[in-house]
Amino acid sequence: MGNISNAGNAGRRSVFGQLFGFFWLCASPERVIAAALKPLRFGLTPAFVHDEHTLMAEWRLYLESKLGRPVEFVQRDSYRETMDLLRLGKLDFAWICDYPFVHMKDLVRLLAVPLNQGRPYYRSYLIVAADDTRSRGMSDLKGTVFAYADPYSNSGYLAPRYQVRQLGEDPATFFRKTFFTWSHRKAIEAVASGLAKGAAVDSFVWESLAKLRPDITGKTRIIDQSPEYGSPPVVAHYAVDNEDFSAMLAALTGMQADPAGRVLLDRLNIDGFVTGSPRMYDDVAKMMRAFGEH
Amino acid sequence: MRLFDLSLRQKIPLWGSVLIVASTLTIAAVLLARSYDDLKQDLFISSEALGQTLANTLFPTLLHDDLWRAFEIVQAPFRAEARNNPLDVESIFVVDPDIQVFVANDPKHLPTLARLEDLGPDHRRLAESLRTQPLDKTRAFDFKDSSHYYVALPIAEGGRQVGTLVISHSREAFWARFLDLALRSVLIGALVIAGILPLNWYWGQHMARPLVDLARRMDAVAKNGPDCAEECGSRESYPYRDELGHLFVAFDTMRTELQAKARMEREMVQTERLAAIGRLAAGIAHEVNNPLGGMLIALDTLKARGEATLQATKTMGLLERGLKQIQETVAALLVQARDQSRNLTPEDVDDVRTLIQPQVLKKSQQLSWQVDLPATTDLPAAACRQILINLLLNAVQATREGGRIAVTANIVSGNLHLWVANEADPIAPEQMEHLFEPFVSHGESGHGLGLWVSYQIVQQMGGCIAASCGDGEVKFEINLPLESATCDNVSA
Repeated sequence: MGNISNAGNAGRRSVFGQLFGFFWLCASPERVIAAALKPLRFGLTPAFVHDEHTLMAEWRLYLESKLGRPVEFVQRDSYRETMDLLRLGKLDFAWICDYPFVHMKDLVRLLAVPLNQGRPYYRSYLIVAADDTRSRGMSDLKGTVFAYADPYSNSGYLAPRYQVRQLGEDPATFFRKTFFTWSHRKAIEAVASGLAKGAAVDSFVWESLAKLRPDITGKTRIIDQSPEYGSPPVVAHYAVDNEDFSAMLAALTGMQADPAGRVLLDRLNIDGFVTGSPRMYDDVAKMMRAFGEH
Repeated sequence: MRLFDLSLRQKIPLWGSVLIVASTLTIAAVLLARSYDDLKQDLFISSEALGQTLANTLFPTLLHDDLWRAFEIVQAPFRAEARNNPLDVESIFVVDPDIQVFVANDPKHLPTLARLEDLGPDHRRLAESLRTQPLDKTRAFDFKDSSHYYVALPIAEGGRQVGTLVISHSREAFWARFLDLALRSVLIGALVIAGILPLNWYWGQHMARPLVDLARRMDAVAKNGPDCAEECGSRESYPYRDELGHLFVAFDTMRTELQAKARMEREMVQTERLAAIGRLAAGIAHEVNNPLGGMLIALDTLKARGEATLQATKTMGLLERGLKQIQETVAALLVQARDQSRNLTPEDVDDVRTLIQPQVLKKSQQLSWQVDLPATTDLPAAACRQILINLLLNAVQATREGGRIAVTANIVSGNLHLWVANEADPIAPEQMEHLFEPFVSHGESGHGLGLWVSYQIVQQMGGCIAASCGDGEVKFEINLPLESATCDNVSA
């Protein structure tokens, strides 16, 4: 008797479950369509504070709801890896640094540029430990241990080396020892902990970290600022069709006007995205030419 | 007072306490020494385990000169959530084959590329050791007077050594841990002592009590003789049959024997004294009696002649009465138990009752009379009558008006047993000693010869007489051996 009754209940439950699932799917048509479409693959790099994982998850859901299709975030800790993924066609979009953008000009096109304090520019900060009160510029860091962010970072590698070169020194021997931390944030931590005497970091990352973790940036001091460079851009692979390109562009540039988008922008510590011009990155190209790379 | 002269009541618990405290301290010291070694061994083992893990992951970073990765690795054990590690690691650092710092978790104090020698005296000694003796396995460095304890491991793979990992422990932190442990041990030890000491004290006191009690009794016997009553107590105070129980039994036996001996000595002295007095009295009586007889005969002769004047006749009468009184007294002193040959009959005893009855009635006393004698008893009747009269007269005199007097006479195992008891105040011990001496009177009347005469008669008949008092009664007990039975004794 009990068995029959139980079996009946289980059967009913399963029928209800299926019905519920069906209505639920009907109620959100976007989801049904999204499931059918190929996901857009979006590469994330340490060009911004990319390791706030909940923020990234929320941003992805936001983009999914705006685009009406799945978005896949592909997170890598070095520019090199993201560049390789772009080259292999495994990414549709990526938020990379200006230096890799210039490097890969033939493979990707500029999609959008983040606004930092209302302007699509950023700088390279030369930082030392807060208790180092003697160092005043790059020339004081000769013969020290220096932290680079990433070999494909403008502000964290190209710009400081260019500065050394302008002092008439060879960046290969100017410092006693150099090492890569593979992210601006970690370069800041390397200086804060005392592992490196100095580092050059993305001004945008430093400012963002100063809001999130003032205890870390508080242990560092900015002793020099580079000229302005075009902000690390969001690029699209040339293989991305115009429809997807426009949709992503609209989703990014529309964030500023959208309340939920504004909240996310605030947490990303930027004012919004705008369409940029490749000419903004001419200075990078100039520096690269100085090292015979372009 | 010296420590060893203390009473057992203090000494036993004191020694027990000393023993307990000493044992606890010894055990605590041994355990602490042991735990110090264990702690150090643990430190080495856990350091080595940590070091091995770190060394394995550090190898590629050194090989590729990846300073940041190496930094992240050596920092990992110090992350906030792992901060309470039991190792008390102060710092972790890696030196390259030139003994220069490659990376340290705390670069501010151990900066990259600094020579280890330049980083303080402790590190200099470590650097010297590492330089002179290259590591092939994990080693601990415990320099004297150093504030650090180092565990160093080679960072090597396939025989290629690319650096040395050093885990540095602060000796202070180690000591703090050890002291914490020691404090807990001491607390536990103190708790144990606090629990056991009162128990020990109670036990020690309990053990000592019977011994102390026995010693006190011995002292009392030594000081006051074996008759001391309340101090000596009885065997009841220690009811067990162990060695102490034997001691108590032996003590009681000794005391009883001492009492018997003392009593015997007392009796002997008394008997000899009475005998000496008896001889003296008899001797004087004889010496007085002989001239007295002559004087009385001479006086008789003088009266018979009838030539005396009136005055002389009066004087002779005076002399005669005085001499007669002397004769009576002397006769009383010259006790002759066996001067008559008639044997005692129950009628003799009844005669005594009849004789004493008027005096008993005069004082309204109750006389209980229990006599159970055969038709004739083989003892001289006059002597027995005299003894009984003397004792009864004494009893009547000593008993208050309306008091009770009891007399028993019977034959018990070849003895005539006479027993006279009366209600009276007890006789004082000093009086008791001289009770049977002549001219000792304790009452208002009597010449004090009654008991002496009775004693002399009993002695001459080979019997014994004893007085005792108690329960408001004074008792006289006499045993006279029948002549047929104790002929030998008497003659001896």
